[in-house]
Amino acid sequence: MSRKLSTGRAINEALRIAMETDPDVILLGEDVVGGGTLEGDDLEEMGGVVGTTKGLVKQFGRDRVLDTPISEMGLLGTAVGAAATGLRPVAELMFMDFLGVSLDPLLNQAAKLRYMFGGKVRIPLTVRTLCGAGMQAAAQHSQSLYWITAGIPGLKTVIPSNPADAKGLLLAAIRDDNPVVFCEPKLVLNQVGEVPEGDYEVPIGVANLAREGGDVSLVGFGGTVPIALRAADLLAAEGIQADVLDLRSLAPLDEEAILTTLEKTGSLVVVDESTPRCGIASDVAALCVDRGFDFLNTPVRRVTAPHAPVPFSAVLEKAYLPSAERVAATVRELG
Amino acid sequence: MQLSREQLLDAYTRMRTIRAFEEKLEELVKAGKLGGFLHLYAGEEAVAVGVCSQLGNADIVTSTHRGHGHCIAKGVDVKGMMAELFGRATGVCKGKGGSMHIADVDCGMLGANGIVGAGIPLTTGAALTAKLKKTENVAVCFFGDGATNQGQFHESLNMASNWKLPAVYVVENNGFGEFTPTEYVVPVKDIAERARSYAMRSDIADGMDFFDVYERAGEAIERARRGEGPTLLECKTYRFMGHFVGDPLVYRPKEEAEDWIQNRDPLQIFEAKVAEAGLVEESDLREIDGAVTRLLEEAIAEAEAAPLPDLSSILADVYAE
Ligand SMILES: Cc1ncc(C[n+]2csc(CCOP(=O)(O)OP(=O)(O)O)c2C)c(N)n1
Repeated sequence: MSRKLSTGRAINEALRIAMETDPDVILLGEDVVGGGTLEGDDLEEMGGVVGTTKGLVKQFGRDRVLDTPISEMGLLGTAVGAAATGLRPVAELMFMDFLGVSLDPLLNQAAKLRYMFGGKVRIPLTVRTLCGAGMQAAAQHSQSLYWITAGIPGLKTVIPSNPADAKGLLLAAIRDDNPVVFCEPKLVLNQVGEVPEGDYEVPIGVANLAREGGDVSLVGFGGTVPIALRAADLLAAEGIQADVLDLRSLAPLDEEAILTTLEKTGSLVVVDESTPRCGIASDVAALCVDRGFDFLNTPVRRVTAPHAPVPFSAVLEKAYLPSAERVAATVRELG
Repeated sequence: MQLSREQLLDAYTRMRTIRAFEEKLEELVKAGKLGGFLHLYAGEEAVAVGVCSQLGNADIVTSTHRGHGHCIAKGVDVKGMMAELFGRATGVCKGKGGSMHIADVDCGMLGANGIVGAGIPLTTGAALTAKLKKTENVAVCFFGDGATNQGQFHESLNMASNWKLPAVYVVENNGFGEFTPTEYVVPVKDIAERARSYAMRSDIADGMDFFDVYERAGEAIERARRGEGPTLLECKTYRFMGHFVGDPLVYRPKEEAEDWIQNRDPLQIFEAKVAEAGLVEESDLREIDGAVTRLLEEAIAEAEAAPLPDLSSILADVYAE
């Protein structure tokens, strides 16, 4: 059985299931309860800035749903310490841009403790975080910084493109014994789709072929999957059939799935809403020329944001983000 | 403390402009004419104006996500601000910054800031510049109660105190960080107490009373200018509107908000005080109200008619030429 839910609601459902099935799962973050009262009156809580965690405090109480001060470094460090000693925390970093004030607990602690301690510790930590542009939130609330976390050995990074994957990937992330960064792209947050009921996981590290074509491969993840799918529609109208591969997991990366579609089509365009340097798109392109060179009939092309901060003005933000039109035009240029 | 009639009218104009600006923005967002995340300053006007009326252009201020009031108080052009919020090429930041990053360094306004707490060390740095260059300028930082839980706050206060920097740290304690009441996340009764750990002077002002803020901020600013080091000034205030435009305000008691809005409005308190002292006529104030309304109408009309940024500007100003 399934029903239609937004990505935000699907995430809420995954959190509820994870907390029901494992008493060690706790949530902590800024405003994850979000006001309301300790006891007594009828004030309502907000459940996070976009309401994702609403309702959970009623079911699980304030010991398991913790509002932290605005102290990202402290809250992530606390989550790492709790994870290392027997809890299974789900920490919320409200916006991924706030990695700027909180990176050490992820970079030098969560990612490295197990390795440095000779494998004697596990860090079953999930960090949920909103990423990406599309809400005119401007330069400090719109970045897609998964290239930072995906590049750090010891961390996993996943990013869903639709509500059903969001639920299954989050459950897998929470139950993983490693630190997992779970990105929530703004472009898919309010997207509504069929979500299976009950408890299920989408395995980390496995890409999904979201559409079968055969003439060209479009590779996307998170918010660029809907863009790639629309581009595939545009191209289909011109007789070009595209495979659309949804990476779902950036670290580990499903290299075989990328090489499989490339082998089939001989042409690949990767779409990333982040900036072009040192990023996931470059990584995928490198994989294609490194391990997939013999499959290539055309150059590998990257469609990304420009090497600039995210601008505020709506017209600039729209031009900044990859679009289906740009993806389709890039495919046409390949000939 | 003696303020001239001119100074009083100027302070009132700035406070009224902030209030009217924020009320207009709320209307514009609700009418679907403005996008982005907007955090409005209505209710806290006496803090920004009480402090900034004692600063010159060369004194630096840094601000927060709730930055329009600090900009207006520091003298940033209201029309340029409106154009910015409309995402126009004529905006003070050419449409690149928007509400959370609105700034004009020509007025000594080093920016609103989307990162809670991040303006605090910028002020510390500006104060370091003033000290090393012996300019007698001061640097003032505005931030919320919530921001005092950030490491950057504590690290800054420690450095500023140790180096005796000419800085004033103004915490606008409005009782909430987003939706979370301050007492859930701050164990001290007064934020001012936090200065003790850094051997820094502190003071507490009624943030709804322009005159109280003016006096206490004035002392802190003068101390800083004399080279006697920084102060943490806590202003007790309240935000009249939601955390952001669209906030349903379910999490705070309606009666509490009503009480502040009805009985502690900084504009009304100001008006009552100046009337009682016979310093200005009511008609002066009403005239200002009218002028402010006209200014904002013009600002909106001009912003709406202004050109959008050229798409090529996306790559401009990433680096200095
Ligand atoms: C580093 C960082 N963490 C979290 C946020 C999200 N956020 C924006 S405003 C805010 C509350 C700030 O509260 P306070 O400092 O008291 O200022 P107020 O909004 O009350 O003026 C939060 C948590 C942010 N912008 N930056």
